[in-house]
Amino acid sequence: MFSYPTVRASFIFLAIALGGLLVADIAITTANPWQDLGRFFLGVATPNFFSTEGLMTALLRTVAFAFVGVTIGSLAGFLLALGYRFLPVRIFCAFIRSIHELFWALIFLQFFGFHPLTGVLAIAIPYSGIFAKVYSEIFEESDPEPGRLLPPGTGSVSAFLYARIPDCWEQIRTYTSYRLECGLRSSAILGFVGLPTLGFYLESSFSQGMYSDAGAMLILFYILIATLPLWVRPKLLPFYILAAPFFLGDGFPIVWGNVERFFTEDIIPAPLRDGEGLAGLSAWFGDVMVTEALPGIWNTIVLTQIALVATGIISLLAFPLISNHFGGPVRRTSGHVLLVIARSTPEYILAYILLQLWGPSMLPAVVALALHNGGIIGHLIGRQTNTIQLRPDSPTGFTRYSWELVPRVYRSFLAFLFYRWEIIMRETAILGILGIYTLGFYVDSAIQNIRFDRAMVLILITALLNIGVDALGRYIRRKLALQTMQTC
Amino acid sequence: MVIKHLRKWLVSGLLSFSAVTAVQAQTFVFTAIPDEDETKLVERFRGVADYLSEQLDVDVRYIPVKSYAAAVSAFRNNQVQLAWFGGLSGVQARRLVPGSEAIAQGVEDEAFVTYFIANTSTEIEPAGSLADLEDNLRGKTFTFGSKGSTSGRLMPEFHLRDTFGEAPESVFSRVGFSGNHTRTLRLVEAGTYEVGALNFQVWEKELADGNIDTDAVQVIWKTPAYPDYQWTIRGDVNERFGEGFKDKVTKALLELDDPALLESFPRSGFIPASNDDYEPIRKTAENIGILD
Repeated sequence: MFSYPTVRASFIFLAIALGGLLVADIAITTANPWQDLGRFFLGVATPNFFSTEGLMTALLRTVAFAFVGVTIGSLAGFLLALGYRFLPVRIFCAFIRSIHELFWALIFLQFFGFHPLTGVLAIAIPYSGIFAKVYSEIFEESDPEPGRLLPPGTGSVSAFLYARIPDCWEQIRTYTSYRLECGLRSSAILGFVGLPTLGFYLESSFSQGMYSDAGAMLILFYILIATLPLWVRPKLLPFYILAAPFFLGDGFPIVWGNVERFFTEDIIPAPLRDGEGLAGLSAWFGDVMVTEALPGIWNTIVLTQIALVATGIISLLAFPLISNHFGGPVRRTSGHVLLVIARSTPEYILAYILLQLWGPSMLPAVVALALHNGGIIGHLIGRQTNTIQLRPDSPTGFTRYSWELVPRVYRSFLAFLFYRWEIIMRETAILGILGIYTLGFYVDSAIQNIRFDRAMVLILITALLNIGVDALGRYIRRKLALQTMQTC
Repeated sequence: MVIKHLRKWLVSGLLSFSAVTAVQAQTFVFTAIPDEDETKLVERFRGVADYLSEQLDVDVRYIPVKSYAAAVSAFRNNQVQLAWFGGLSGVQARRLVPGSEAIAQGVEDEAFVTYFIANTSTEIEPAGSLADLEDNLRGKTFTFGSKGSTSGRLMPEFHLRDTFGEAPESVFSRVGFSGNHTRTLRLVEAGTYEVGALNFQVWEKELADGNIDTDAVQVIWKTPAYPDYQWTIRGDVNERFGEGFKDKVTKALLELDDPALLESFPRSGFIPASNDDYEPIRKTAENIGILD
């Protein structure tokens, strides 16, 4: 068995995660975790839709920010994809997508303040990096044949529009609409840092233990996402895109002096600002590294590795829920509902809920990341098994699962998992804002102490770490000859 | 019933649309650090907004924020002109906005106190000095309030370092930041953290309102007094809202005597304050490295 590289790789990652468990801070610290969990589920079962007058507005804003952010992101991403063969463009895109939406929001909040632009850019910037990458992959994989058949002298723009785009259009459309769903999730969590979206009210209700209010918001959010195909119609899109900017809210006017101040003073390392020169700078940088960056990096890596393997385990357990090869239609439908809930709930919100219920440790983060990402991969793998034709006399039950299906889907399972590695790490860093000691914790502390120079250094370190894991993930996928696919 | 609610929804949706077009340039905006449950803050500061609006004859609006730093940033960026800050956030804000001034503080804020509280399952008995509690506190789990709070973080951290000569992380087995005082109280009461530190006013008010299970949580130590919350105003409000505006705001705050409104803070009244009153806070913050 160990002669298979995929199996070896799996066991190496499993061993790393087990090692991580030994050093990780895993605990349930609340006195009555199950009682609270019970109260939470009771709240979801008895939702109160009329608690806040602002709820409808928040929902509208959530949709508006998602539409404007994703639209700008996809347009900018499309343009960047055209230049993706140039290394500087690739590096630029890798960089902007390695910084999480919430970090972008925290940065823009410092100089745009509560202006709609803060939320729009926080979504549009990282999304354009992601769109650029995926669109360019789609272009690359398109059939080159139509282009060869064009008469000599055809302009490159015409060639692109008539020979390339039609072939990719379906994929671009599917992926973009998929990103819109991600955009809704991103938009919702921006409320946690103060933007007027759903997260704003969700955080308030949760922190005050008003579970029925919180339950109502979660249910509305699921409905919003589950009904996307019904109300997002190609014909209605132009209307939504034109209307969305008017529903972002008013916020406050931008004071451009603040923007200038941020870039010319705030983020300049303190020793340089105070004229202490290079000696002061290296002492300052050393202090940031030792007291904040290194502990943050360590915890981020430990948590990421545990969450990655936990995601894998959940995915393998979850895919039979929706697979045609097991159970009847009733079980599959409830399986679908479960997986939709798991993948529609942003990790950040899941982690926030679990932290409230179980107390602070890495456990809520691991469970949140594993449920969300496992829900996504489980869904994709489950769908894939539905295309597999088994022999009529093939075994059933657990034997079918372990000897027929898992070996057939294992390679694409690993491909998805390594693809999501970087995404899991990006989320892990962000979860620090909730009080788990990953890089986000130190970024948040620096911002709370109005030390944007430190915050920027830590955000840059987080970005580099993500870029590194992204490269490593790609290297492993290539080494194991795993095909890649685009997911959120 | 349902129809009524639906109408409320639709109206709020439409309002959010029309709000875009009606940007009011001359609205006097203020904020406050989110030191307590949001419902309470919104209730309290909407009252203050109505009161100030009446007294000052301009539109006054309160905006809620999600963190202490967001309050400071909004003040610094001139998106709010007045703020109800804690001791530390006020010092941070006034350092960043030259010309800004502390104009009023609560009667209680001259001598503010932090309470250390413990879950009764720890069997820690109240003590007169923090040093006496050393054996009891070591290895326990501990929560501050917000990272930027004076009574929930700065002062307790100062006293912990001062007494034990170590960072809180090495005294306790786990150190957290609950976010605000109400939550610190709830977390220690529930046993999520064994020990915590919070604003004494929040404790006293919740106690008086019967919201504390005194069998589950008790006060184990009180810090010496220090100056805390204050109203801070930007230096450039007179240019924007007219000559003498700052004095009008100060006067309105000092004359606030609506018992219900004061009770919601809870303060017995407001008295004059000055930037110099907060020197001790600045020194303490520099001492423990929160302020450069």
